[in-house]
Order: sequence, then structure tokens, then C-alpha cells
Amino acid sequence: MAGKDWPLWEVFIRSKVGLNHKHVGSIHAADAEMAVENARDVYTRRSEGISIWVVESSQVFASDPADSDALFEPANSKIYRHPTFYEVPDGVGHM
Amino acid sequence: MKEQNLADLEAAFNEKLKQDIRIEPKDWMPDAYRKTLIRQISQHAHSEIVGMLPEGNWITRAPNLRRKAVLLAKVQDEAGHGQYLYSAMETLGASREESIDDMHSGKAKYSSIFNYPTLTWADMGAVGWLVDGAAIMNQVPLCRTSYGPYARAMVRICKEESFHQRQGYEIMCTLMKGSEEQKAMAQDALNRFWWPALMMFGPSDEASTHTQQSIDWKIKRHTNDELRQMFIDATVPQAELIGLTIPDKDLKWNEERGHYDSGEINWDEFWQVVSGNGPCNAERIAARLKAKEDGMWVREAAMAHAEKKKARKAS
Ligand SMILES: [Fe+2]
Ligand SMILES: [Fe+2]
Repeated sequence: MAGKDWPLWEVFIRSKVGLNHKHVGSIHAADAEMAVENARDVYTRRSEGISIWVVESSQVFASDPADSDALFEPANSKIYRHPTFYEVPDGVGHM
Repeated sequence: MKEQNLADLEAAFNEKLKQDIRIEPKDWMPDAYRKTLIRQISQHAHSEIVGMLPEGNWITRAPNLRRKAVLLAKVQDEAGHGQYLYSAMETLGASREESIDDMHSGKAKYSSIFNYPTLTWADMGAVGWLVDGAAIMNQVPLCRTSYGPYARAMVRICKEESFHQRQGYEIMCTLMKGSEEQKAMAQDALNRFWWPALMMFGPSDEASTHTQQSIDWKIKRHTNDELRQMFIDATVPQAELIGLTIPDKDLKWNEERGHYDSGEINWDEFWQVVSGNGPCNAERIAARLKAKEDGMWVREAAMAHAEKKKARKAS
């Protein structure tokens, strides 16, 4: 990585009230305040959002795709975590 | 799992491509795939950024406030497109600064269309209609490109592009309803931009060195000639509708093929412009370099200010 680029920030945007912030991309900025301003200009020119989070990219620790099997497979084998696993009589209606 | 050998990794990568599963930044990918993407995405980003210059040229001279606001918004969108794309490129481990320096040194290319001058107001019509039109033709299939961050950037870009093309066509429509001089100005702009717009799709399939591999990797979804044909077929009726004449005497509807036949592109001109000898190559690079150098103190000052603020908070 070269030296003179401003730090990189990951940008998360809440598109409307009631929804999660969602990752949309990244932006360079000297500090967090500027990152929010730049993200506003780059990612919300057409009312795509009502709230912005920025996190310095170097602070993000991500899972390794090579570990995906070990990390995420157990969920699949535990189908009893899903309501459809259970048998209930037809007459019971919505449950 | 970490000792998986290369063959396994490659097999897993190819299987993902086959199933149309997106490749994401941290996934294993062949070096050549990564390099091809960095080259293509950065070239694309540079095109968005350099592409602001020929239109920026007319912002202060737009004929009325409405046109001025529209042009300003369009040029700002292009800046945004450049940012989305540089951001996608950086997920591949490439440095933005180095990549921009490569553009300035001529090592990295940008679309040759932006090396043509914008001489009259009608050129704003021709550029929006034809250049953004051709860009859309290229970009829509890229929304399904195999690399996740690139595909997602393209989705955002395509949403914004359609206003670009429509505002350009609207300028042409307005001129074609105007005086004889205005009609002539619109026709002249079409005459100058038609062939360079066709060249935007790149060399013909026989001459294109990267196409097959890019299609195998599902980076590209159509060949250059296929996209060019789609663009011609879509654009000719739009010209006819408002009384403009496409400057190609060999242009003819081919009933059998269901496509327009068209004349030979001047590939000498294309390669001349690509290799730096177009009418505005030097001017474009000089403008970008000036922007970089004139803005340097601002970027350094902002960084120094941020560091000072951080130090003050910590103490
Ligand atoms: Fe664009
Ligand atoms: Fe555009």
C-alpha cells in the first residue's frame, strides 16, 4: 500500500427508519468526520440513506473463507433448530 | 483446511464460476484473475474520472440554469462512479494512489472516447446520448460479473446512468426542434461522435487479446462486437426518430440477420488514440496531473489536522 492515500473507511448506510445499516463500499478520508461527509456525497446522492456509519477498514477483522465449513456447517446439521422439524396435529391451526 | 493444495483451490474457484457464485475479496482466486480485474476495474475508474473533463468544459456555458444543474449533477455522478470503482479495485489489494499514478504515466489506460474534444453545446447532447449509451450497453451485463464488489458497484452505476443518456438525448431532441443552425450543430456533433462511440467497445473480436479468458472467468458476458451490434441496433432508430442521419453510408437493416449492417471502423484511428496520439490525450493527462498537484497541500493539511485532533483527544 502506498503512503499518501488518506486512510480507508468502510461505509454502512441505513436506507430507512427501521432497517439495519448495510455495507455499501468504502471511502478515503483523513478522519471519521470527513469520512461521513465523503460517504454522504458518494453514496447518498439520491436519498439512499438516513444514517451513516464509518469504520476504519484496518479495524475490521473478518472470518477466513477457508474456515467456512468449520464455522458455519453445524447450523445445517441441527435442523431441530427450525420449527418445521416438529410434528404437530393438523387441527392445532397456526402455531 | 489451510493446507489445501493449489489444484483443490482452483477446482473450488472454477466450480463457483460454473454455478454463478460470486467471488468475494477474501476468497482464493488465481493471480491472473486478480490482475485482469485490477486492470479492467482501474481502467474503468480512470474513464469515469477523465470522463468528467469533456463535460466539465461546458458547465459554465450551459444555455440555461436547468441544463447547468443537470450537467453538474451528471458530472458529479461520474466522480461518484470513479469512487465506487476505485473502492472495488482496492478490495483486490491494489493501491488507489499507485493506480492513479499509472494512469498519469500512461501505463494504465482510460476509454479513448474522452480524448476527443467537446467543441459545441450539441456535444453535451451527443456525449450523453451516445457515450453514456455505449457505456450502459457495456455496463448492464457487468452487473452480473463474477467478482462481487465489481458487480455491486456496477449495479449502483447502472441505476444512475439512465438519466445521463436521457438528458443527452433530450438535448439532441431540443436542438432538432430548433433553428437550421441548431439542427446542423446537432448533426455535426453526431458526425464527430458516432465513430468514436463505436470504438468504445474496443477492438474487434479477432483483434481482442483478452476477450476469451475474460468470458471464461465470467468477468465479461459478451464480446466487443456483440455489444457494439446491440448499441448500433438500439441507437439507429433513436437518430431516425428525431431526423438525424448516422454518418455511415454502409449502414443498412439486414432483414436476414435481424441486425443493422454497418461500415468498417477506422482501426488506425482507434489505435492512434489508444496509444496517446488522440486530439486531447496530452490535455486530459495534464488536467488530471494539475488537479493532483494543486490539491496535494489540501490533502496533506487535512491529514495533519486529523492527526493533531486525534493527539489532542488522547492527551
Ligand atoms: Fe459513469
Ligand atoms: Fe454517465
